[in-house]
Amino acid sequence: MRSFEEEKKKRPARGRSLWIYAGQRFMRNKKGMVCLAIILLLYGAGIFAPLVAPYGYDQQNLGQALKAPGWEHPFGTDRLGRDVFSRVIFGIRTTVIVTVAAMAAGGLVLGIAMGLISGYFGRFIDSVIMRVGEVFLAFPDILLVILIAATLKPRVTEWVRGLEGTVGIEGIVRSGFVDYMVVFGALAIVSWVGMARVVRGQVLSLKESQYVMAARALGASHWRIIFRHIFPNILPPIIVLVSVGMGSIAGSEVILSWLGLGVQPPVPSLGVMIWDNGDISILRTTPYLLLFPVGTVAIIIFAFNLLGDALNDALNPKIR
Amino acid sequence: MGAYILRRLIWTPILLLIVGLVTFLLNFYGPGDPVQIIMQQYQDPAVVERVREQRGLDKPVLVQYGIYIGNALRGNLGESFKYRGQTVASLIGKRVWVSSQLGLAALILSIVLGIPLGMLAARWQGRWQDTSIISGALLFYSMPVFITAPFLLMLFVLWLGILPSHGWGGLFDLRVVMPALILGLPGIAFIARMSRNSIVEVLSQDYVRTARAKGLHELRVYWHHVLRNAMIPVFTVIGLSLATLVSGAIVTETYFGIPGIGRLALDAFFARDYPIITALSLMIAAAYVLANLIVDIGYRFIDPRIRYD
Repeated sequence: MRSFEEEKKKRPARGRSLWIYAGQRFMRNKKGMVCLAIILLLYGAGIFAPLVAPYGYDQQNLGQALKAPGWEHPFGTDRLGRDVFSRVIFGIRTTVIVTVAAMAAGGLVLGIAMGLISGYFGRFIDSVIMRVGEVFLAFPDILLVILIAATLKPRVTEWVRGLEGTVGIEGIVRSGFVDYMVVFGALAIVSWVGMARVVRGQVLSLKESQYVMAARALGASHWRIIFRHIFPNILPPIIVLVSVGMGSIAGSEVILSWLGLGVQPPVPSLGVMIWDNGDISILRTTPYLLLFPVGTVAIIIFAFNLLGDALNDALNPKIR
Repeated sequence: MGAYILRRLIWTPILLLIVGLVTFLLNFYGPGDPVQIIMQQYQDPAVVERVREQRGLDKPVLVQYGIYIGNALRGNLGESFKYRGQTVASLIGKRVWVSSQLGLAALILSIVLGIPLGMLAARWQGRWQDTSIISGALLFYSMPVFITAPFLLMLFVLWLGILPSHGWGGLFDLRVVMPALILGLPGIAFIARMSRNSIVEVLSQDYVRTARAKGLHELRVYWHHVLRNAMIPVFTVIGLSLATLVSGAIVTETYFGIPGIGRLALDAFFARDYPIITALSLMIAAAYVLANLIVDIGYRFIDPRIRYD
């Protein structure tokens, strides 16, 4: 007779194999893999921008101003003779920082926490969180981001200046760090609601499931039920939402830059490049100044959306 | 059903009050002193204090908000800081008409193009036509206006030269086509995708098979049995797409030089014209919340299978 231990060893862990199946389904999805490759390529280029870019983002060469795309400058040069290709790569770096940080703060931390609390504990706290969410949804998101960024920015800048004065460190404001913080903050505050709603809905249905009841009957703590039993099971929709949300945050960054609320020049961002050249006369004379940055943002957004779609197919196969 | 509607009706004004308060607080604690903006270069301290008192800007913020709401309910939204002597109501009134025309044009485009595209995709389900329509929908669904605008401008204005690029002449002017198309693209994509999925689902229902089996003409099957049922979820989406219309309008109106509320919001934002910003946020939020309320309630009338609790 085999012992229980032996039996246990022979059988693969069930929870893990579901993820492996999903991974296999995803690998078979050509569309999803291509998108993943594109995103990794662009984000890699952005993260290692100083190594990848052939020129510096603020390296001027007035003799080479407004050159059309060619061998030396694949995306051409702008009015100051700066290499557009290098600037796009450094712009992607800003997009990488903004999307990752805003998603981490807003969608992942705020959104999941609010959704879990709301769905799991229910009652009064659920109503409060969901009503607050409705207030955020009632605002057109761009308007809210604008309002928050416009209000936060001077306050935060002032506060950091004061901090610099007392601590004696210089250059925090000048480094553009504050700009990043404001952009993350505004985007995070706006982007948590969607995630929270999805997480809440998932938790509500899982809460009644038999294995959660069983865990509760065995005396598991709330903490343990949430993180051992519920959280792993709501990961698939979260992963899909993260992918789609990254794309939309990349778009919002451009809007903030347009209003002068984003990252300040000379730090390059795709948004700044788009709005510096967002005119029909530019399209007539030197369209590459506008079309390359716009195209890059478009590719980032599209790739994240298609990736989300592919992940959805891989992780929620029953929906097909 | 009555209880559901009643609850929504009670909650809506509270929601709007909170939205107004949030905007009001953000403006209140935002940078710049409104009195300094009103006074411009005349900075006599005595006069500044008098103006502050006159406008009630020396009171606590919640009292100011209470007064504001009281006035707003009587149709008085205050006076613009930037445009001296013009009431906010008159400034918005002039432009809201332009914006609603543009929004209407975009909405019509998304319905008129979106639903047939979805029907075609469903008709050719699984074939290359279906794949290309759905991929296209996925591409445009989440593309912000500032990305589609340059490419469409290149195509229609610079290369084909068939559409004008700038200005505004009302709903029946050729100049409405470009901005409405750009503004409506996400809606077209979204509605196409929704209707395709919805139609595909309905096509597999038993009653469709029955209709075909009893020898009905294919068009009649579509019109009477498929579309009626498939359009119900699409209908709710139209309410949601209003939100995209509003945020898209801010960029589109600026891009095309259209004198609508999106443009006004932007100018007011740069000029720190708080009365206009607050009024516009409230108005847009109200429009959005009410539209969704109507869709939600209408949905339940159209489809009696939905339960309301």
